[in-house]
Amino acid sequence: MVGIVGYGAYLPRYRIKAEVIARQWGADPEAITRGLQLFEKTVPGQDEDTITISVEAAKNALRRAQIDLKEIGAVYIGSESHPYAVKPSATILIDALGIGPHVHVASYEFACKAGTEAMYVAYSHVKSGEMKYAMGIGSDTSQGAPGDALEYSASAGGAAFIMGKERVVAEILYTHSYTTDTPDFWRREGEDYPRHGGRFTGDPAYFRHIVGAGKALLEKSNMSPKDFRYAVFHMPNGKFPMEVGKRLGFTKEQIETGWLVPWMGNTYSGSSPTGLTAVLDVAKPSDLIFMVSFGSGAGSDGFILRVTDEINNVRDRAPKVRQMLDEKKIYLNYGEYAKFRRKIKLNE
Amino acid sequence: MRDVAVIGTGMTKFGELWGRSIKDIFVEAAQNAIEDAGVDHIDSLYVGSMSPGLFVGQEHLGAVLADYLGVNPIPATRVESACASGGAAFRQAFLEVASGASDIVLAGGVEKMTDGADVTDVLATAADQEYEVYHGITFPGLYAMIAKAHMHQYGTTREQMAAVAVKNHRNGAKHPNAQFRSEVTLEQVIGSTMVADPLRLLDCSPVSDGAAAVVVASLDVAKKLNKSFAKVIASAQSSDTIALHNRESLTTLKSVVNAAQKAYKMANIKPTDVNLVEVHDCFTIAEIVVSEDLGFFEKGKGGEAVVKGLTAIECGRIPINTSGGLKAKGHPVGATGIAQIIELYEQLTAKAGPRQAKNARIGMAQNMGGSGASCVIHILEAQ
Repeated sequence: MVGIVGYGAYLPRYRIKAEVIARQWGADPEAITRGLQLFEKTVPGQDEDTITISVEAAKNALRRAQIDLKEIGAVYIGSESHPYAVKPSATILIDALGIGPHVHVASYEFACKAGTEAMYVAYSHVKSGEMKYAMGIGSDTSQGAPGDALEYSASAGGAAFIMGKERVVAEILYTHSYTTDTPDFWRREGEDYPRHGGRFTGDPAYFRHIVGAGKALLEKSNMSPKDFRYAVFHMPNGKFPMEVGKRLGFTKEQIETGWLVPWMGNTYSGSSPTGLTAVLDVAKPSDLIFMVSFGSGAGSDGFILRVTDEINNVRDRAPKVRQMLDEKKIYLNYGEYAKFRRKIKLNE
Repeated sequence: MRDVAVIGTGMTKFGELWGRSIKDIFVEAAQNAIEDAGVDHIDSLYVGSMSPGLFVGQEHLGAVLADYLGVNPIPATRVESACASGGAAFRQAFLEVASGASDIVLAGGVEKMTDGADVTDVLATAADQEYEVYHGITFPGLYAMIAKAHMHQYGTTREQMAAVAVKNHRNGAKHPNAQFRSEVTLEQVIGSTMVADPLRLLDCSPVSDGAAAVVVASLDVAKKLNKSFAKVIASAQSSDTIALHNRESLTTLKSVVNAAQKAYKMANIKPTDVNLVEVHDCFTIAEIVVSEDLGFFEKGKGGEAVVKGLTAIECGRIPINTSGGLKAKGHPVGATGIAQIIELYEQLTAKAGPRQAKNARIGMAQNMGGSGASCVIHILEAQ
């Protein structure tokens, strides 16, 4: 059965606390930390971007998969912060890692679900028999305008998944996608920061799509929430994934393993994929995992995965995501953060 | 002038109606009102709406709504008086029937506020652009200044203001069309996010979509229809300076005092004759100030009255905002004044269900624009 043969995550070491951002703008820190369950977020280093994060995550996935690089038929990177408007991010990644040149690459964009898009297409190629391995990556250095609510959550990180048929660590049993025209959040060409519809990003967007995809996935699989050991949902803040899980019938215990957002922030295209790596870091053979992403615009991709015995062989070959989240952190003040995120305009 | 009665009502749910347009919601409310009244036609239509142009880019609202309601070629006019637009539309309908020019007139109100406009900016157009808005003032800011002044002058407290929100949410929880059908505690109000000191999030009415409509007719028509109705025994309107800083006092809303005096005179009643009142509680402090300016409580005692339960449905001396008010029912600006009339109609015809006040014979609706630069008051009597 087709599934994940190698996975890896990467999070930058830099952090800023939500209360530091709140104080900068005269906002009430409690409303963010208690209300949205956001305590701190990752910040990309000055020489980090979607491509470097993807390379690091892909390296960790390759360490676990231990496959011949030349057998990788496709590499897809989903992000809403590709460094180039025109030049695919994965062109740089494949040369950096020695994959290709006989390889198909593409950049995907679908707000916060571009990563699961890349995973889905990679999975489909392998399933069709077109290639032996394909890699799907979700990574972002997401943008939040100074003073906007998004500034508390928009963070950096990513995860990479290699799909294959042999030595699978997590089989993909079912997939389902759910998409509509819903303008809840967008960034037009040439704009520095996204705009959003405030509360409109909730019920008609995030909740409708995740519940839509989630319910369809449960019907298709003839499974119920209690069959799953873990559930991962897109994590725009701490509150939403817990709430949507509850609406679908999942418990806090099923969700909290992959619930990285209170200390990681929203890594956008890397959000639910990074959550999935946190689950794979601890899952046991035969555990079932329920995962639904969400991307504004809007759509959701759902996956049902079953962990295999192979997980015990690969897990320790690369760093685990909780380690990256908890260790070697470097805290920034708002001034340093503004500099790192290039919010200060300099004379060139 | 002829006697006039309210003979039918209709309203949509108030809230974030993202999937529906301003036309959809108005037509729903108006059709329900016409069906409820049991009339086969209306002679004309007035619709109160504060700013459809800025909220959804649609002006010429009278014609638009008459078209979609399918009532062409009757006269159809939009009435604007900021947040008092609904009350002002009802007054136009009342005057048209009272004058004998028409027998049956629909008075509606509608606002579609959640379609993406900057709501704070749009609402601020009801203040003085040159002398207030230019300096960055918003409506929460204006009412916060009124609150600070009232606290300073009369010792009104944070808890007293919070008690208004607690009571109105308790009432709104019983209203099937309310935006917030949930109760809140004093602690939740006092601990909610600061908006404009001393006003916090739960002191403020919400941003809402919604429509409401009533059919008014001559008393002769009402009697022939052989159904329950409520008689309009007073209609009064008053204005005051647009800017808060031009007033003699920040703690008395003169437009409310003046309109109330006119209304009591027209109805030939005293404040003690009124059995319930719907007031314009855009912010909790507004309900306190207005309850005093309408003559229900001595100046400075409005806050204390709420805490003592004198304005609650159950044991109140004068139940205020049995509907949940703007705070809990929601505040789709133009629809608010009409929704207040609907609450009076339901109370006076004993159709208010769990919100029913005892001995509801005379009810008052007080609808206000801006920081009190306009005020429209109606008094209805049960038949």
